[in-house]
Amino acid sequence: MSAPAVPDALRIENLDVMYRVRGQERSVLRNLNLRIGAGETYGLVGESGCGKSTAALAVMRYLPRNGRIGGGHVLIDGEDLYGLSQTGLRQLRQTRLSMVYQDPGRALNPAITVGAQLAEVFTVAGAYSADADKRAVAMLRHVRITDPERVMGRYPHQLSGGMLQRTVIAMALAVDRKLIILDEPTTGLDATVEAEVLDLIDTLRREHGTAILFIGHNLAVIARMCERVGVLYGGLLVEEAPTRELFAAPRHPYTVGLLRCLPRLGLDRKLRRLDTIPGFPPSGAVELQGCIFANRCGLVRDRCRTEPPALSALGGGRSSRCFFHEEAGDLPRVTPPDPVEHVPPGEEHPLLVVESLGKTFGSGSHSVHALRDISFTIARGETVGLVGESGSGKSTLARILLGLERADPGSRIAFEANRRGGTQARHAIQMVFQNPDSALNRSHRVGRILRRALVRLGGLRGEILRGRLLALSRGVQLADSYLQAKPRQLSGGLKQRVAIARAFAGAPQLVVCDEPTSALDVSVQAAILNLLGDLQAAERVSYLFISHDLSVIRYVADRIAVLYLGRLLEIGPAESVFQGPHHPYTEALLSATPAPDGTLRRVKLSGAPPSAMSPPKGCVFHTRCPRHIGPICDTEEPALSERGGGHGIRCHLGSDDLGRAQVDQSSAA
Amino acid sequence: MSLAPALRSGPVRWERTRLLLSTPTFMVGLAILLFWVGCATVGQTLVDPLADDMMNSLLPPSAEHWFGTDQLGRDMFARVIAGSRDILIVAPLATVLGIVCGTLLGLIMGFFPGLVDDLLSRLIEAVLALPLLILALVALTALGASNGTVIVAIGLAFTPQVARVVRSAVMSERHLDYVAAARLRGETAVYIMVVEILPNILPPITVELTVRLGYAIFTVATLSFLGVGLQPPSPDWGLAISENYALIGGGYWWTVLFDALAIGSLVVSINLIAEGLNGALE
Ligand code: SF4
Ligand code: SF4
Repeated sequence: MSAPAVPDALRIENLDVMYRVRGQERSVLRNLNLRIGAGETYGLVGESGCGKSTAALAVMRYLPRNGRIGGGHVLIDGEDLYGLSQTGLRQLRQTRLSMVYQDPGRALNPAITVGAQLAEVFTVAGAYSADADKRAVAMLRHVRITDPERVMGRYPHQLSGGMLQRTVIAMALAVDRKLIILDEPTTGLDATVEAEVLDLIDTLRREHGTAILFIGHNLAVIARMCERVGVLYGGLLVEEAPTRELFAAPRHPYTVGLLRCLPRLGLDRKLRRLDTIPGFPPSGAVELQGCIFANRCGLVRDRCRTEPPALSALGGGRSSRCFFHEEAGDLPRVTPPDPVEHVPPGEEHPLLVVESLGKTFGSGSHSVHALRDISFTIARGETVGLVGESGSGKSTLARILLGLERADPGSRIAFEANRRGGTQARHAIQMVFQNPDSALNRSHRVGRILRRALVRLGGLRGEILRGRLLALSRGVQLADSYLQAKPRQLSGGLKQRVAIARAFAGAPQLVVCDEPTSALDVSVQAAILNLLGDLQAAERVSYLFISHDLSVIRYVADRIAVLYLGRLLEIGPAESVFQGPHHPYTEALLSATPAPDGTLRRVKLSGAPPSAMSPPKGCVFHTRCPRHIGPICDTEEPALSERGGGHGIRCHLGSDDLGRAQVDQSSAA
Repeated sequence: MSLAPALRSGPVRWERTRLLLSTPTFMVGLAILLFWVGCATVGQTLVDPLADDMMNSLLPPSAEHWFGTDQLGRDMFARVIAGSRDILIVAPLATVLGIVCGTLLGLIMGFFPGLVDDLLSRLIEAVLALPLLILALVALTALGASNGTVIVAIGLAFTPQVARVVRSAVMSERHLDYVAAARLRGETAVYIMVVEILPNILPPITVELTVRLGYAIFTVATLSFLGVGLQPPSPDWGLAISENYALIGGGYWWTVLFDALAIGSLVVSINLIAEGLNGALE
């Protein structure tokens, strides 16, 4: 790899990191060894609490005050990080080392213009101030920010998330660094923006020859970006391998489990349940007896419980911390693969009919059409997947259906339960929110939250209520003891189970799921998706499932609707939407989704999504459409036209001229 | 498979309590406050602040009269100890009144944005433009001074400030999804405000309570000093200072100093507690 003259960009040797929490030392990283060659990209993956962010902070020497290095060394470009003086450290951070955080706001001072902050990076590196400004503009142009001169004068809060993240990356890459740490740099960005940011990182890295430590939980993103990958579990590196090999044939049961949790494109809830990893990750307080993964491992033997396995080299740059790594691929499934018998969506009268729904905010000349001319139906027991980026109006649509917001006059929303007297709509439509932290009242105990839902939505009292409460919490696999707990005592996955139980308290007919798994780890996501599938099969409930993750949508949805700037651009059976013909926007979305296996041909979108405040005239997508056919797109809004089998596309192009999937994806299952 | 990991760390409250008990500022404040509360409850049974002895008026501090005696020959030490009582009844009650009214108002303002909030906000701004003391003075002159009117005057004067704090706390809660979930269950506005939101904004209210208490003590003492608060022969500190401050010129400093120190120590103790709470609750 690297010539001996060039030192490794990063070398971590026997690194131990502990945190002091409430008077107790907890090991967060144990004996970590890692090297990243000059110009190499290395991905560190793991679920929350595995220590990956601590690793990033340790490499920046930014550990919080209650953290300390228990032993070992961190060498950056050959220099011992923890042996440096404060001045040396500052110099290192200014010239050779940099970090991009998940939240770009953290890296920027809100009170100083973007331009001044960017220019400072150059002045610090030794440029004259006039020159620094020029180079800052050039750098912004380089990260494809349109009109960089104007952006220079803006304050951070005036820029969108994608723009901010690109600015921060511009700052990180402004000087030729030896190593850049990227801590989940695209989490929270829209799919097309994410794809663009990743492309950008890739190009810049190649130009500058920068080494990258890429930290993330999204395996697909890591697979796309990195040459080598390390898997962290409980503060230990459990497997390390070149990316391709790791994803093709993982050699540690944990990695195998993680990959099986992913709803890959082509997998469908009607065909197969996702596999999960049983149990819970270890907390750092426990002392290691045997293998750290032993209590969750399907291959565990007696030996694993008494003797900790070492990270042993397997040849070809691979290593695994498992005695039985050859058998890793044979890890038995935890959940039965066959889904609970799936009842196909009802053919009878649809549960929900939405016709020409519109929503206008403001009035007069300032009015904004957040939603325009939306029509669709949801059948009983059906899952409709709703895809859209921020500003597409998907949350507004959900809020209108839930009755939290009023639609424009002239919109028609017919909900079956409304017409049959008795139950009111609010009992029949419920919601599972994206962020379980905000969705559960933090000062109420779980039991109280569920009990209130049963009282209000189920109309239950007394003994029956108590019985239903237990049945309800057990139905979402919550141990009874959790009823006494406050939400903050539960993990994210458990909180989401409580939220799901609450939504199901009154036997709802439609549940709106707003990105219910985007805040969760993949193994937890798999369990939640299985749970939602099982509940649907048991209760014949319908879902409106909002997500930006197309592989999740593909897994759960019977039909898919694509929303862009308040317009429905495409709607149809999941199969047809994925197979094509696609709307050009859907095509771009699909190609922006990185898959852990195989590369997809990328359709690049130019520019950022236009502001929802002033949607473009004509076809709303024309400013970014790669298939743009001419003036007609700029002036005339196309109709949502039927392309066969209930598949509608809003585009002037004929079906034969639209993109299609190149591989038959359904065979991938 | 076992699905139950140990619950994450115990209830928040215990942790906070432990944190508080290990904060020196908080503990010092608490000790001083408890001392004065003790004086207020049992002081009158141990010492007699009203026993006068004209033969021994205006004696300087000595072994017999630690803090000296006043014009009527009353023991200053007894009067300082006993003087804690009225102020420790009036100030907390006034504070509680202000917190309760302010919380109600703040909940309504925070929960109903638009016209209701706009109107009340303007009103509050107008009230806040006037100094607290002037407001209380006017009210007391109009209503006549008594413990009851002092409580009401200070309580109402505090209401707008408390309302403003509560309002902003409610505004940041209102958009959280648990409120939307409550709406989906068809809960009433009152239920959402009181049962769902209120428990979550108790920390800022608690901090506000302690801060206001400090102000209340100071205000009560000032009002007594100005003669519109507590009335003689109460041994109240503010009143005592007002009765005796003319004597400083004659060199009888002890008739004023110890009362002033007492007021100071009480206000400081409350501020120390407020600071400790603020740190633990943030
Ligand atoms: S060493 Fe044993 S318990 Fe650990 S991962 Fe390998 S098989 Fe599983
Ligand atoms: S109508 Fe024109 S601009 Fe719009 S999606 Fe079709 S080809 Fe693109």
